[in-house]
Amino acid sequence: MPRTAQRTIHFVQRWEHFEHGADVGVRGYGATLAEAFEQAALALTAVITDPATVRPLEHVEVSCEAPDNELLLAEWLNAIVYEMATRRMLFSRFAVRLESDGLSGEAWGEPVEAARHHPAVEVKGATYTQLRVAPEGDGWVAQTVVDV
Amino acid sequence: MELNLFEKAGDYEWVIPRQGAMRVPAVIYASEALVRDMDRKVYEQAVNVAALPGIVKASYAMPDAHWGYGFPIGGVAAFDPDAGGVVSAGGVGFDISCGVRCLHTGLARADIEQVQAPLAHELSRAIPAGVGSTGEIRLGEKEMDAMLAGGAAWAVQRGWGEAADLERIEEHGQMKHAKPGNVSAQAKKRQRDEMGTLGSGNHYLEIQEVTSVFDADIAAAYGLAQGDIVVMIHCGSRGLGHQIGTEYLKRMAVSAAQHGIALPDRELACAPISSDVGQEYLGAMRAAINCALANRQILTHLVREVFRRMRPEARLPLLYDVSHNTCKVEEHRADGGVRKLYVHRKGATRAFGPGHPDLPVAFRDAGQPVLIGGSMGTGSYVLAGTKESEALAFSSACHGAGRAMSRHQALKNWQGRQVVNELAARGILIKSPSMRGVAEEAPGAYKDVAAVVDAADAAGLARKVARVEPLVCIKG
Repeated sequence: MPRTAQRTIHFVQRWEHFEHGADVGVRGYGATLAEAFEQAALALTAVITDPATVRPLEHVEVSCEAPDNELLLAEWLNAIVYEMATRRMLFSRFAVRLESDGLSGEAWGEPVEAARHHPAVEVKGATYTQLRVAPEGDGWVAQTVVDV
Repeated sequence: MELNLFEKAGDYEWVIPRQGAMRVPAVIYASEALVRDMDRKVYEQAVNVAALPGIVKASYAMPDAHWGYGFPIGGVAAFDPDAGGVVSAGGVGFDISCGVRCLHTGLARADIEQVQAPLAHELSRAIPAGVGSTGEIRLGEKEMDAMLAGGAAWAVQRGWGEAADLERIEEHGQMKHAKPGNVSAQAKKRQRDEMGTLGSGNHYLEIQEVTSVFDADIAAAYGLAQGDIVVMIHCGSRGLGHQIGTEYLKRMAVSAAQHGIALPDRELACAPISSDVGQEYLGAMRAAINCALANRQILTHLVREVFRRMRPEARLPLLYDVSHNTCKVEEHRADGGVRKLYVHRKGATRAFGPGHPDLPVAFRDAGQPVLIGGSMGTGSYVLAGTKESEALAFSSACHGAGRAMSRHQALKNWQGRQVVNELAARGILIKSPSMRGVAEEAPGAYKDVAAVVDAADAAGLARKVARVEPLVCIKG
């Protein structure tokens, strides 16, 4: 497994869901903006399944571009949604590297297995509802509502 | 919501007068109790939609309205292309052309009860459902484009269904002016393995019994009678539609400023109908409508194959197929004349009244069947479009029950196995690959669908025809 995944293994949970009538809000916190994005992606996985059941066996790379941090969060989550949908995988480890006009991201996971993951619902995409990326306390918060 | 936010125009009509940036008023059709229970966000979103360029008459919310993204779910808004009107990806939704179709079976409850468990089992094997499931149909590039242009008509040509099905589908099974070339390679890739799949979440396939008939004449015109068994399918355009929604939401958000559109919130991302991005979206969105129609047609074929094995005497003709996440060009009376408008229905069903030229001949006197999905374990409804609905909300009605609580809260309240057992004790068999999914979709997590359709009926949006209750439910 690449070393960047090892780094994320020691993260404590710094994500949560927030209430939205029909859909689900995902929120990640981090000491850095990149960490907040990684945690938001974990919150995305948790909409579908318990991330602890997903083994980080295979690895994919994505890159995203957007004119600002908020649209970039939506792009990042949508890139993960796309990889989940087309590879039929779930992911439980994420690493994000921010670049001048976007980000490079990595995700580790495994093919979805209904009997073990009990996937509750597929995520259709990240909306811009309650979309917010901002400094908060000593770090960053990154959140939006995903459509299920 | 507090009722003093509104001017009461009738027992089922609540008006937010023009104020601030609103170009038109907003109107919610619902009972007092439903309005009280609605999220304040419905108010905010209905008001925001009323401020979009080119909106005509009013921004409407149906009795099942709830907090969506940009537009409320249960939102209806029409835009005039000649008045700078816009098209909005968020106003259609990610699951483009999500909808409901209903099949007759010609069977009675006793016929199902004899084979209920094996039938449920066979359906769950035949219908790919849930996260990560794939269909057996793989479309190459040329076939994918043919499907996106042809919709259910394409599916019937390929042997998945009968020609007679097509006249019982909106747009006769084929959305015109679809542009498969406007659909990205990513969207097509996302659909590659998903033709003929049900999806997850609130999507389902049910065997249902007609348990009440409210309007005998219209029910007869629809071929429905007390005790009839029908099959109802609720699903949409799968990954292809989701990807189109995702891509165009971003393009519209990024390009809004250059079109001179000041968005109160980016979730309202939209583009002028006449703009390049607006036109490209319309072509792609129509292709996604065809994808949804083809998908429901293939699922219909899979259901018919199962019934052919289990109940060979049954024929399963289509009653009707409606879509409730769309933008369609329609002629409506507005501001003293008939105008061609771009009508967005986001979680709202088209409900053409008697005499409308787009209806199949068999329904010309009765009005369009309006199929309303409830939660598993409660019931669903068949309604009929009314003449007065045209003047109320561009011939639109509700689409479902709407959630009463979040998925998170539902998981705290119920366990999937317990829900399955309780419904089994009432004679309802649930088949799902995910018990967590079942818990999140527990009947108690939804509003009372009866209250929603009663309000739609009382408001005049559509007329109640029949109630159906499930015997078998296949969930994703």
